[in-house]
Amino acid sequence: MSPVMVLVGVLLGFGSLFLVTGAVGLLRFPDVYTRLHAAGVGDTLGAGLILAGLLVIPTFGDHGWVVELAAGHGWHGAEHGVVTSFKLVSILFFMWVSGTTACHALAKSAHLAGVVPWRGVDGGTEE
Amino acid sequence: MTRKTIVRVVSKALIPFILLFALYTQFHGDYGPGGGFQAGVILAAGLVVYGLVVGLDALNAVFPPAVREVCAAMGVLIYAGVGFTTMALGGRFLEYGVLTPHHPEHGQHYGILLVELGVGLTVSSVMVILFAAFAARARVAQTEVV
Repeated sequence: MSPVMVLVGVLLGFGSLFLVTGAVGLLRFPDVYTRLHAAGVGDTLGAGLILAGLLVIPTFGDHGWVVELAAGHGWHGAEHGVVTSFKLVSILFFMWVSGTTACHALAKSAHLAGVVPWRGVDGGTEE
Repeated sequence: MTRKTIVRVVSKALIPFILLFALYTQFHGDYGPGGGFQAGVILAAGLVVYGLVVGLDALNAVFPPAVREVCAAMGVLIYAGVGFTTMALGGRFLEYGVLTPHHPEHGQHYGILLVELGVGLTVSSVMVILFAAFAARARVAQTEVV
């Protein structure tokens, strides 16, 4: 197995792990803020790692654009990889921007609507 | 308005790209995944975000209710119009090849382009109509409470 494929596997594996962790947190955490924390943070990191994993092959794979350029094949051979990489980076950018903003908007509207944060099993009475 | 600065700034930066991506999906439908339905939904999503952030009145100014209704009907008209045009030219309903008898593949290209345009127009208008209907209901409920 080539080092490139190992890198892809590691990135996809960790990305999936973060997404699963986020999903478990979304189901198990007690209130809206903690659930948002699990879903928002987990998605941001998980999606980032998965897209980074997908980026590896069009960039550093057998016909990746970095490899093609380094081999001196010019832009003609690299074009397809560059387009794919650009699309993936755009997806990453939009997911990061829109996901975090949606998370912020949800948390803020919960706060403005007067949702009281969870303070522990005993309701925060014991200090 | 200062209470939603982040949402305003981010949506202001993203909405042009959402609308551009809708056009990309619309015209990419000829030779890849995509097409009128998805493009219409993406276009409507951009407009709905605008309506959510800036307000229903601003959305109504950008895409007035009367224009929405005309667009929704116009899309169906384009779709059916292409179908009946091909029938008038001697083909079957939506048999695009008869549009350009000497190059049937060109006719198929134009036909699909037009039909997808109709689908995109109707889908985006109907999505915005649905959103505006629900948003207006919330407004009515609010004024009743006050």
